[in-house]
Amino acid sequence: MLPVFQQFVQNPFPEFFAQAGSENLSQLVLEFLRSHVPFLATLPDPVLQLIAMLAVCVIFVAVVPLLPLFLVLAERKVSAHIQDRVGPMRVGPHGVLQTLADGVKLIFKEDHIPRQGDKILFIVAPYIIFACSFAVFAAIPFGKSILVSNLNIGIFYIMAISSVVVIGVIMAGWASNSKWSLLGALRSAAQIVSYEIPIGLSILAVVMLVESLKMQDIVMNQGGLGILSWIVFRTPFTFIAFFVFFISAIAEVNRTPFDLPEAESELVAGFHTEYSGMRFALFFIAEYANMFAVSAIAATLFLGGWKGIIPGYEFLGGTPGFVIKTMLLVFVMMWIRWTLPRLRVDQLMNLCWKYLIPISFFNILGIGIWVLIFQNDRNPAHIGISLLIIILGIIGAYLVLGKRSSQSPAPRASSA
Amino acid sequence: MELKPLVFYVFALLTIGSAVIVVTVRNIVHAAFSLMVTLFSIAGLYVFLQADFLAATQVIVYVGGILVLILFGVMMTSGRLDMKLKMERGQLFWGGLVTILIFALLLGVIRRTPWNVQEELGTVEGTTAQIGKAILQSEFLLPFEVASVILLIALIGAVLISRKEVREDE
Repeated sequence: MLPVFQQFVQNPFPEFFAQAGSENLSQLVLEFLRSHVPFLATLPDPVLQLIAMLAVCVIFVAVVPLLPLFLVLAERKVSAHIQDRVGPMRVGPHGVLQTLADGVKLIFKEDHIPRQGDKILFIVAPYIIFACSFAVFAAIPFGKSILVSNLNIGIFYIMAISSVVVIGVIMAGWASNSKWSLLGALRSAAQIVSYEIPIGLSILAVVMLVESLKMQDIVMNQGGLGILSWIVFRTPFTFIAFFVFFISAIAEVNRTPFDLPEAESELVAGFHTEYSGMRFALFFIAEYANMFAVSAIAATLFLGGWKGIIPGYEFLGGTPGFVIKTMLLVFVMMWIRWTLPRLRVDQLMNLCWKYLIPISFFNILGIGIWVLIFQNDRNPAHIGISLLIIILGIIGAYLVLGKRSSQSPAPRASSA
Repeated sequence: MELKPLVFYVFALLTIGSAVIVVTVRNIVHAAFSLMVTLFSIAGLYVFLQADFLAATQVIVYVGGILVLILFGVMMTSGRLDMKLKMERGQLFWGGLVTILIFALLLGVIRRTPWNVQEELGTVEGTTAQIGKAILQSEFLLPFEVASVILLIALIGAVLISRKEVREDE
């Protein structure tokens, strides 16, 4: 490849991306402002820092709501094609402007607050959920320096912030003063609190391997050997942890097959039944932003983050690759949603407490032994052993499970 | 940095203000949600002490865990969600007296404690590794393990209390 082209592809805007020592977005913007906007450079340092931070905030607050705009349309189109339909076609070519039209509709809708409800909490609840979904994006590395803050406790911060969402859900459900809302909120809270445990334990498996909570360290640890150094393939246990994490993440964002909190046939719409107009739109945006966020976290933790498939080669700083990985995971979530039926409450809790959590504990034990034996040195031989075990495991699982499903249809446990 | 004290005072004000709301508001659910602001602001104060791990733990354990438990308790046990809390005349006097005494005691302790005053660190180093070493490589290992055993006993006790009665004849 031509060196100039390669240089452009890896670092397209050298004067913007190659700032010395800039490891996060606000530093990047700060350096850029200092060197390129002369009248701002005369301002005192704290003010300039504040401007840079605000600029980064504006970037995220402007970009993140655009994600649902795209994801909602994607969801409708994916679901349509899975069900042999065409989906929205009227607004714009192939219906691409449908979400925009829906957004305009939601803005003009009446903002209805139940008279018997709790007005203050009703108003505050959507903001809590919205703010928490946004705050998660602060720690997700989109590229080498495309990151709001490389926190020392990165992934732990994400867990902490996303655990606050529950409070917003309960608040919304309670303030609506409707039985559908309250039941939905309680279901949702029970579900999120339960599934946080397997999520935390599978994250712990990654942290044990990387020995750091920093998001950027986790990504850096997955470089060098391209796709082979991705944490998901590094040990058989992280391979399992990835699936535990992804299943629990689907439950955490309340999507089918785990969407009991908003089961239409039982609860109307769950905790946001009473919300209308823009307040409902906030829940909607938060839901899709959450979906993107958990996929981005899964991509960062297990699928190499912004590190590429080929060693040492990141297209445009790795950001497009990262977004593609994330979008693939989002697509899998949609695929699952439109393929599988909803679980019952007892099945939901059984899956979490009797399967995912014991598997996670086994994983942690396994990772500990693996790191003791192989020292986590990213040795190709060790990754080879890991891949061999993974492939044998998949074949074994296929033989065992395939045998079971080919038998006569599983007799239903007689409950009477 | 002139910004830091300002942000600190905002957090301090939020902590105290929301704590006052917790004890004065009549609606028990409002009190619980106000407690969320208190616990969150305390996490913010931990960040000022450069205890980032502790701050996140505070949010996970108190906001994501204990507060949810409190809300569940409030919503699922009392039949009347809108239970109004009222204070009797006498309570104000005795409560105030006890509060002043406790405040005086705390103030005395705070004034007499030789605090470790330290210059502001330039860059924040993670405290995670230090906490891990303190727990696993020092005399804190035994208390840590004992605490986990106590939690396990509490868990088993909770399961024992809440389990369904299984009858022999069914």
